[in-house]
Amino acid sequence: MSGFKTLMAKAIAFDRANVDTDQIIPKQFLKRIEKTGFGKFLFNDWRYQADGNLNPDFELNKEENQQAAILIANENFGCGSSREHAPWALMDYGFKVIIAPTFADIFHQNCLKNGLLPIALPKDQVRYLLDSAKVQPYQLTIDLAEEKVTDNKGFSTEFTIDQYWKSMLVNGWDEIEITMQLDDKITEYEYAIR
Amino acid sequence: MGKSIIEKIWERHLVHQEDGKPDLLYIDLHLVHEVTSPQAFSGLRVKNRKVRRPDRTFATMDHNIPTDNRNVINDKVALNQMTTLEKNCRDFEVPLAGIDSPDQGIVHVIGPELGLTQPGMTIVCGDSHTSTHGAFGSLAFGIGTSEVEHVLATQTLWRTKPKTLKIDIKGERQKGVSAKDIILYILANYGFDFGTGYVIEYSGEAIREMTMEERMTICNMSIEGGARAGLISPDETTFSYLENRKYAPKDEAFNTAVEDWRALASDEDAAYDRVISIDTNDVAPMVSWGTNPAMTSKVHESIPKLADCETEIDKKSLERALTYMGLQEGQKIEDIEIQHVFIGSCTNSRLEDLRQAADIVKGRQVHPNVRALVVPGSQQVKWQAEQEGIDLIFKEAGFQWRESGCSMCLSMNNDIVPSGEHCASTSNRNFEGRQGSGARTHLVSPTMAAAAAIHGHIVDARKLMAAETVQ
Repeated sequence: MSGFKTLMAKAIAFDRANVDTDQIIPKQFLKRIEKTGFGKFLFNDWRYQADGNLNPDFELNKEENQQAAILIANENFGCGSSREHAPWALMDYGFKVIIAPTFADIFHQNCLKNGLLPIALPKDQVRYLLDSAKVQPYQLTIDLAEEKVTDNKGFSTEFTIDQYWKSMLVNGWDEIEITMQLDDKITEYEYAIR
Repeated sequence: MGKSIIEKIWERHLVHQEDGKPDLLYIDLHLVHEVTSPQAFSGLRVKNRKVRRPDRTFATMDHNIPTDNRNVINDKVALNQMTTLEKNCRDFEVPLAGIDSPDQGIVHVIGPELGLTQPGMTIVCGDSHTSTHGAFGSLAFGIGTSEVEHVLATQTLWRTKPKTLKIDIKGERQKGVSAKDIILYILANYGFDFGTGYVIEYSGEAIREMTMEERMTICNMSIEGGARAGLISPDETTFSYLENRKYAPKDEAFNTAVEDWRALASDEDAAYDRVISIDTNDVAPMVSWGTNPAMTSKVHESIPKLADCETEIDKKSLERALTYMGLQEGQKIEDIEIQHVFIGSCTNSRLEDLRQAADIVKGRQVHPNVRALVVPGSQQVKWQAEQEGIDLIFKEAGFQWRESGCSMCLSMNNDIVPSGEHCASTSNRNFEGRQGSGARTHLVSPTMAAAAAIHGHIVDARKLMAAETVQ
C-alpha cells in the first residue's frame, strides 16, 4: 500500500443512502481469487442494462462524471456484507476517497486497510458537497496530514480520523509487519492461556 | 460498578495496549470459507508467512457450493475457488470440512453445532453474519480479507473498544411469534444503522426463554442493524447445548469450563452506552416489503405511504424500493404474491427452524405458482431432519430438499430468483439483486415462509397453525 498525503481531484455526487456492498460489487463477481480487476464490475446491476449496455441514467455513466476520484454519498454507505471486494472495486475503478455522513463499520475498516480514505462529515456539509458536485466540473482537495477538505468556491472543513489509521495511511505501512514485531507479547499471551 | 460481558471478554483478550493505538486483541477462533480467504492466503505466500495457529482455524465451503448435485460443479470459476481453499488448507495445515465431509455446512451453523463456538471466545470470520456466534456469549464479528490475512498470520486484531448497547427484550411472546419476528421488529423500529459502532447485548426474559437456535437467529441479524457483533450472556441453556459437542470440552474439563463461562454473564449493575427496551407483546409475524431489512411491517399491516415519510431521503428511498419491488404504497402485505420460497441460510436453517416449517407444511401442498426450496444449514442438520422424517413432509408437499450451503440467501451458486419475481425467504438481506438481478426478496420466519409456499401469497402463518399451538 502506497502512502496517502494530499489529493486534488474531481468529486462526483452519488446521492443515495444505505448503499450496500451487494450493490457496490454483486455476488456473482466474488468468485475470483484475485484482488484486482473488480473495477469493471463496480455497481454492476445499476451501471449496466439487461442487454449489457451502459445505463445512461446512472451517475457514474454520465459524461461529466468521468475520471472522478472522489465519491460523495449519503448515510450508511457500505452497509451489509463484509466483502472487501467492495473497496477493491471502488479503487480499481479509480476512487481514492469516499465522503459520506456515516459509514458501515466493516466497510469503513476495509477501506482503511486498502488505502481508500473514508471521510465522514456532518450531514449539512455532505448536502452542500452533493449539491455542488451536481454541477461539474467540481474539484475537491483532500489534505490528510491537515485533515481538511476544501473546494475552489470557498468551502473548507476539517474532518477527524483515528490517528493510528492516519499514520498507517500516510506511511503506507504493512499492518501485519507491525503486529509481528509484537510476537513476544503474543507468545506470552498464548503461554498464559494454555 | 459491575462489568458487562463485552467488557469481560475484552479484558480477557488484551495482548497489548499502547497510547494512541487500538488494543491488540487475541482471537480464539478463526472460521474460514472459500469466498473471502483466497486473497488472504495469497498474501501469506507472497510474504512467506505461515498460519500462526492452524489449530485455532477451521475452514468449510458454503457460499458457492451447489445444493442440488454435488458431484457436478459446472461453474468453473466457483470450482476454482473451492479447489483453491482445499489447496490452501492442505498447504497451511488448516482443518477443512470440505464438500464430502459430514461436518460441512454454513460456517455459522457448523461452528456452534461442532462445539467450536464457546462462551467467552473472540471469534472472527470473513463474513458479516459472524455475529451469530454471539448467541453463546462470545464476541464474534465479521472481518474483511485483509484482516483474515492478519489473523491467519498473527492470531490477533487491532481493535478500538466499541460502544455498548443493551437491548432488553421484555414480556412474553405471543404464540406463533418467532425469534426472527423479534429481530425484524427491532430493525423495523430502530432502523438499519442504529447499531453502527456498537456491540449489542440482548437480554431480558424473552431472551432467557429462547433456545440456542432462536438466540442465534437474533444475534445473526445484529449486523442488519449496523452492529458488527451482538451477544447474549451464557446460561444453562447454553451449557446444555454445548455438552457432548464434538470440539467442546469433555467430562471434568467441561465442568471446569462451565464454571468459568458462568462468570462471564453481565453483572446486574453493568453500565451501557445506550439501552433500548422492547415489549415482546407488541411483536407480530413480520414481513419485509422493501430493499433493506428495516423496510419491514407486521403481516396484517400495509406498505407505508409516501406522504407519511418524515424526510426527503426517506421518501426517495421508499420510492426507489417500491419501484424495484413492483409494489404500491399502501398495498396490503397479505396481498403480495409469491413465486419462490427459500427456507435456509445462517439465520434460519437449523433443525428447529425446519421442524417449525414442517409443522405448517404437513398434509398440505405447495401452491402451483410457487417453487419452494429447503436448504438445511449443514449436513448434520440434513441428516437429523431425515432421521425425523422431516424431509418426507417437505417432499410430499412439493418442496425441493437440498444439500447444505448458503444457496439462495445470496445466490452465488445457481439457486437464483428470476428478475421481477417475489421470494418469501428466511434469509437476512433483501437488498436489490441479493437473490438474483431484479429478484424481489421478502424476509420472513420459517413458519411464514412455509405458509406463503402453501398459499402463493404472504399470509399470517398463525392461521395455519394447529389450534393448540396458537391458542
